[in-house]
Amino acid sequence: MPGKLKVKIVAGRHLPVMDRASDLTDAFVEVKFGNTTFKTDVYLKSLNPQWNSEWFKFEVDDEDLQDEPLQITVLDHDTYSANDAIGKVYIDIDPLLYSEAATVISGWFPIYDTIHGIRGEINVIVKVDLFNDLNRFRQSSCGVKFFCTTSIPKCYRAVIIHGFVEELVVNEDPEYQWIDRIRTPRASNEARQRLISLMSGELQRKIGLKVLEMRGNAVVGYLQCFDLEGESGLVVRAIGTACTLDKLSSPAAFLPACNSPSKEMKESPLVHPPSLGCRSTQNSPIHTATGSRLTQNFSVSVPTLIYTGMGSGSAGKEGGPFKALLRQQTQSALEQREFPFFTLTAFPPGFLVHVGGVVSARSVKLLDRIHNPDEPETRDAWWAEIRQEIKSHAKALGCHAVVGYSESTSICEEVCILSASGTAAVLNPRFLQDGTVEGCLEQRLEENLPVGCGFCHIPYDELNMPFPAHLTYCYNCRKQKVPDVLFTTIDLPTDAAVVGKGCLIQARLCRLKKKAQAEANATAISNLLPFMEYEVHTQLMNKLKLKGMNALFGLRIQITVGENMLMGLASATGVYLAALPTPGGIQIAGKTPNDGSYEQHISHMQKKINDTIAKNKELYEINPPEISEEVIGSPIPEPRQRSRLLRSQSESSDEVIELDLSHGKKDAFVLEIDDTDAMEDVHSLLTDVPPPSGFYSCNTEIMPGINNWTSEIQMFTSVRVIRLSSLNLTNQALNKNFNDLCENLLKSLYFKLRSMIPCCLCHVNFTVSLPEDELIQVTVTAVAITFDKNQALQTIKTHVEKSLQRASTDNEELLQFPLELCSDSLPPHPFPPAKAVTVEKASPVAEGNFRNRSAPPCANSTVGVVKMTPLSFIPGAKITKYLGIINMFFIRETTSLREEGGVSGFLHAFIAEVFAMVRAHVAALGGNAVVSYIMKQCVFMENPNKNQAQCLINVSGDAVVFVRESDLEVISTQQPTANCQPLCTGGEVTT
Amino acid sequence: MTNELDIFVGNTTLIDEDVYRLWLDGYSVSDAVARRVRSGILEQTGATAAVLQSDTMDHYRTFHMLERLLHAPPKLLHQLIFQIPPSRQALLIERYYAFDEAFVREVLGKKLSKGTKKDLDDISTKTGITLKSCRRQFDNFKRVFKVVEEMRGSLVDNIQQHFLLSDRLSRDYAAIVFFANNRFETGKKKLQYLSFGDFAFCAELMIQNWTLGAVDSQVDDMDVDLDKEFLQDLKELKVLVADKDLLDLHKSLVCTALRGKLSVFSEMEANFKNLSRGLVNVAAKLIHNKDVRDLFVDLIEKFVEPCRSDHWPLNDVRLFLNQYSASVHSLDGFRHQTLWDRYMGTLRGCLLRLYHD
Repeated sequence: MPGKLKVKIVAGRHLPVMDRASDLTDAFVEVKFGNTTFKTDVYLKSLNPQWNSEWFKFEVDDEDLQDEPLQITVLDHDTYSANDAIGKVYIDIDPLLYSEAATVISGWFPIYDTIHGIRGEINVIVKVDLFNDLNRFRQSSCGVKFFCTTSIPKCYRAVIIHGFVEELVVNEDPEYQWIDRIRTPRASNEARQRLISLMSGELQRKIGLKVLEMRGNAVVGYLQCFDLEGESGLVVRAIGTACTLDKLSSPAAFLPACNSPSKEMKESPLVHPPSLGCRSTQNSPIHTATGSRLTQNFSVSVPTLIYTGMGSGSAGKEGGPFKALLRQQTQSALEQREFPFFTLTAFPPGFLVHVGGVVSARSVKLLDRIHNPDEPETRDAWWAEIRQEIKSHAKALGCHAVVGYSESTSICEEVCILSASGTAAVLNPRFLQDGTVEGCLEQRLEENLPVGCGFCHIPYDELNMPFPAHLTYCYNCRKQKVPDVLFTTIDLPTDAAVVGKGCLIQARLCRLKKKAQAEANATAISNLLPFMEYEVHTQLMNKLKLKGMNALFGLRIQITVGENMLMGLASATGVYLAALPTPGGIQIAGKTPNDGSYEQHISHMQKKINDTIAKNKELYEINPPEISEEVIGSPIPEPRQRSRLLRSQSESSDEVIELDLSHGKKDAFVLEIDDTDAMEDVHSLLTDVPPPSGFYSCNTEIMPGINNWTSEIQMFTSVRVIRLSSLNLTNQALNKNFNDLCENLLKSLYFKLRSMIPCCLCHVNFTVSLPEDELIQVTVTAVAITFDKNQALQTIKTHVEKSLQRASTDNEELLQFPLELCSDSLPPHPFPPAKAVTVEKASPVAEGNFRNRSAPPCANSTVGVVKMTPLSFIPGAKITKYLGIINMFFIRETTSLREEGGVSGFLHAFIAEVFAMVRAHVAALGGNAVVSYIMKQCVFMENPNKNQAQCLINVSGDAVVFVRESDLEVISTQQPTANCQPLCTGGEVTT
Repeated sequence: MTNELDIFVGNTTLIDEDVYRLWLDGYSVSDAVARRVRSGILEQTGATAAVLQSDTMDHYRTFHMLERLLHAPPKLLHQLIFQIPPSRQALLIERYYAFDEAFVREVLGKKLSKGTKKDLDDISTKTGITLKSCRRQFDNFKRVFKVVEEMRGSLVDNIQQHFLLSDRLSRDYAAIVFFANNRFETGKKKLQYLSFGDFAFCAELMIQNWTLGAVDSQVDDMDVDLDKEFLQDLKELKVLVADKDLLDLHKSLVCTALRGKLSVFSEMEANFKNLSRGLVNVAAKLIHNKDVRDLFVDLIEKFVEPCRSDHWPLNDVRLFLNQYSASVHSLDGFRHQTLWDRYMGTLRGCLLRLYHD
């Protein structure tokens, strides 16, 4: 399918002065694609040239169209010497390659130079004509849509969710040591930018091919990452979930489909041929590990349930056999897949049946031992190994799939930690390619899947549990067993019954390590990892209890390796699930019972902890309805068992049970203070300050307990680097520094955004890196969203009732609801009011929240507003169109750091420029927002002595067109058309 | 533990009005933090001094980056780097170009040159305005001056168009440009009682009536330069005081009309010839640049001070000036009625504004 790429250079503005004598510039433009270059005329003596060029036409293969970026270089003509480059614009033309996205790219693009930053703007128009070609052996994958969003995009319907796709490409890094370079910094930066752009194009094309082989048409939850391995190369890798998506043309067209989805699915030609040939290609084959296992692999299946034990009765009467049947069905659908992984974090209703817990695996590798660094085999083998581990962990949890799956790396010199994590889950086979479930079973299954608690029910066999757990009957349906605590990496399911509000919970940990080389270093790291993993979980568990909550969503544990330390940072959103038992408190036990003053101290601490729990319960409005003991059946206490990973404390675990558990009827979680370390831990528990009143925070898409968003949003990135004093570095001091860094950062955010109160920081994403020996860098990206306080109060009042009511509603509703495959918000149509409530809940945007709080559309502003958000939705608005993926990589370097305002000035300007370039590209595609925005990398290096700094930033997201719901009502008769220009110029004021 | 790097970048650029004011007022980060602490913000928000420091630094960095754009406000509207809602953009510009009364009084009518810039130290000490703020205000004056100095069309419109200022502020800048161009003396001790508003009022009247633009709206720098031909012609007015008969007739016309209407009639009658000579001589001298500069000094000395020493009420001044201007129309031997009206119409307005304590 070759195509014709057409480019027109219209004009420039705000160009820099290139000729000091005249204070003007003689600018012209080079347009390059592949190996073809065109030039415009020189526009003499102007800072605002009007080239108005002819259409430059490139006739190219679509393979090239996918791989190559369009490169536009603006130069200053010089008669006597070489022409000076002003800057460049790279345009990814991928969005033009599939029919439903953008049709033209047209707009002002910032002209970017890696040394000077943005230098003026250029107006460009780009079009692509594709010719149909029935070449069966094609190398391109034009037409496959990519989405960063980790749920089914709003205006689509998932027909089939095929599963995991991954790919990895390797190349030599044009500049593996920036300080010792030979060529000019500009040339080397540009080579690198161009290479990465090419590699991501290639990667995307290859993934697209895999999707086509699987007979899908889209990749959802596409996550692409760079590994700057240094001398061994530059790796670009990506994972995603292949799907077959159907565009929802209008709500009217959608409704019938909703009533008979199974029929729909059978009619779809894509469902029937479960082409077996696909499977072999859907994942790259595991190559024989040339690198061999350099160091021992290490992995943990997260023991979310190890802490307490409860009596176990017999399995639920109806539940048991069905569960087994379901497992068989799912098994058949998933077992043929090499990796039954899904990068999605939110699912169509009914997709997620049960959740087992978090599974994660890490592996330490030595990069300098790769035999063939330019080939992907070794890295492929490494990842395959890790994925196998994850798969086996999931199996151990009685699950056949892993959802909310993600992969990451941390590199320091030649050591690389590969990490993968996800949530073991049992899925409804209806959505999977090979799933052919008989209708009656399907129905009966759903009858037995109570809304709001089904996913909490244990998927594993309670007589043969993978770890010591503490089970009770579900507090919601009373039929099935649930664990007492649940950790997951996914978003809170929209239909989950929740009590109160959620909150951001972080565990932070540092461990010093000796500087070492090669194997010794890798071994040292491998030995530290289990302890870090364990302690991070202990901290999370303690903090969760302290908040009076019983489940974590969106858990992300990042382990970062540095020269002389390891850092662990876990973020998650804590929540009280109505289906799980009330968490017990935290009990402190001393080791030396005879010391009076010591005991006094202990009891003082105990009091403080109890007070904190009580305060938190009030703060997060956690007042679960009282359930009488007879209903649940009295729990039979069992001797507590603890994980093998326990440190010295474990010896005393038997005595502990004798303590007075003052926290009501429920078992309390016991913290033993046997050394100063433990004391520190308890102290650090209490140092986390809750956000100021009016503020909430979470790291998931939706804040549990708040659903009445107003339209004001503010996305931001904040970066902090601290220098540790190299003296007296102890683990404690390090922990304190790190803890303070994170806490202070959060405090600063709350202060800066105070004018938005009441508001919630959503999708708070912390990234830690250790750029140098004594430096710790923390990067945070999040979005602040305002909400309506008055409505919030109402919601809370009715919330508990609602969740209870929902649990007991009749089967009729349950039947209908899970059939909706669409994640889009539906106006409550023919449903009776009671059901409409459920439908509304499915949408992150509360209906009836049409009160227009946005400012009147701004007059005479030439630059349209482009919103950016890490979330997949825009509050108070409806996404009408996805325009394509935005995936941009920038390098900025300076040799005049002081003059640019030092490191802060340099990075501040650079990040502002990156935002500007993202917005410009989105606007040029005809969009007015980026959703699922993520800053995947922000690598900052400085050398203040040389007055130099360099930074690499990689961002991605989905460019979309959205329409305000208030505007939508007005134009509801006219369907949002294909070429819908941004309707909202959004005058919202954010201060 | 020290913060090596600490930044916050929002998709919508955060602007704190209070910090912006502190920045405009030229306070250093530490002074600004101290002032914010004193404002009680820590108690209100529960923040710490470190948070405030970091926040202030962030804002200062943002303002510093914005400053380049504020020098050419239309650029702020078209630039892509900072996403700022239009209302905020307007606020940024308006505040940036706002100036202090105390400062403008010091430089009004002075040449906006390097020499004056060197005096900013003294002005800063004298007015208590930080040197940084003085520099910003001075540079603003100079920048606006440079841009509109040789431009066609209405001065106020040009300023509004190129600097996107409010009507009020554009008018003030027109006055500043006009004064700087004509180098009117405003610093003398006897002029100290006058406010910037007084001068701006006079400037507006003069721009409307005495410049080239008043007669022809298509010439370059029409609103900044006085109409040379008009100044030349003003010599003709001299006959009003040189011709004794004409002067007497003028006096008798005025006295007849005002008899019984002025509380200071006798003083007026006694002083008429002095006052008239003063006003007409001012007109006749305006052909010399030096005398143009001294216009306000002359007006004060020749008219305002004599009246004030006789305790003329403002209303009497008004009645007198009205009658004084109008009576000339009845002087048969006087042929320059239009010239007189162009001169006196403006002067009357100015004098009434200047006549206060």
